[in-house]
Amino acid sequence: MDNKKAEILVIIPAYNEEKSIEKVIKGVKESAPEVDIVVIDDGSTDNTAKAARKCGVKVISHSINLGYGIALQTGYKYALRFPYRIIVQLDADGQHSPTCIHSLTNVLRNNSVDVVIGSRFLGNRKYSGSWIRKLGMKIFSVITSLIAGERITDTSSGFRALKREVIDFFAHIDYPSDYQDADLIILTHSAGFCIKEIPVAMNERKSGKSVLAGTKLIYYGFKMLLSIMVTLLREKPHKKREKIKCLCVKKF
Amino acid sequence: MPLRQKILAISLSIGLIILIFDLVRRKKLREEYSWLWMLTGVVIFILAIWYDLLIFITHLVGAVLPASTLFFFGIFFLVLINLYFSVKVSTLSNQVKELAQKQALLESYVDESRIKKEDDAGS
Repeated sequence: MDNKKAEILVIIPAYNEEKSIEKVIKGVKESAPEVDIVVIDDGSTDNTAKAARKCGVKVISHSINLGYGIALQTGYKYALRFPYRIIVQLDADGQHSPTCIHSLTNVLRNNSVDVVIGSRFLGNRKYSGSWIRKLGMKIFSVITSLIAGERITDTSSGFRALKREVIDFFAHIDYPSDYQDADLIILTHSAGFCIKEIPVAMNERKSGKSVLAGTKLIYYGFKMLLSIMVTLLREKPHKKREKIKCLCVKKF
Repeated sequence: MPLRQKILAISLSIGLIILIFDLVRRKKLREEYSWLWMLTGVVIFILAIWYDLLIFITHLVGAVLPASTLFFFGIFFLVLINLYFSVKVSTLSNQVKELAQKQALLESYVDESRIKKEDDAGS
């Protein structure tokens, strides 16, 4: 079990990923042995939690399936209980290459950046998605870049590194339960956080299905547009918040 | 309004009001969720007994038949009720999310404490 003395925490939200979780955890341990790992099992009906525990990492299990975003937020809330300075989030399906963890964290350390997004579109990397999906991603990438004033090519990438201040902000907002996309990047930007993208390697998913497949793509487009509009219309959020009481050891 | 229609509308509205009262009495329906249904029943009742008001509203909204006005307001109320429940469902979803997250974090903390206690006892 981790002793929570590391500076970096890797959060892996997982839902029915028993086939890939072990490989992902091993990959993280090999690429970044100094980090702590927490797997948020989002109410899986298979043996995801068991497989993750076998690897000797901390596992937090939701009793019901709440969605990818909420699993991440549980991870943020957990991270706030300990003095982690950097949080890296990566998917449990094996798409995100753990070898890029240091590339993300180094940018956070060496620049006045608060959020680093790993992009599959930067550099000479090829992406094999449907044309409609590519078009949707392109539209939201242009909208986000225009609003944020920073070139964002991969709004839907879940491979991100965040500073503690950002997760403190995310832990206390109405965090989106489904897509962590353009709307969240715009919200993060309007809260005053600095966002940067770097190229990362992404693998073909080892198992499971993309959340942006079939008719969900139409819902995704609608939800994102609505969410961007209301985010822009809302009062600007404040990144510096008063300390909110989290789950604390002394409370017990 | 023909007498038979009037009797039907009054009977249905009274039936609806009694049903809502009974559901609240038997704690099958909470008071805070009952008021829109109750309002629907009362409005139908008033329009059924006060025919002149129905005619006046029919002219006001530009409808031809009083029955159309009744249907229009009936559907409008249903839309309002659905919207009200969508808001309530959103609130409940947020509350469930908060509770489930708290429960998961507490469970993890309890597990950690248990393991620590066992380790301490062993050493």
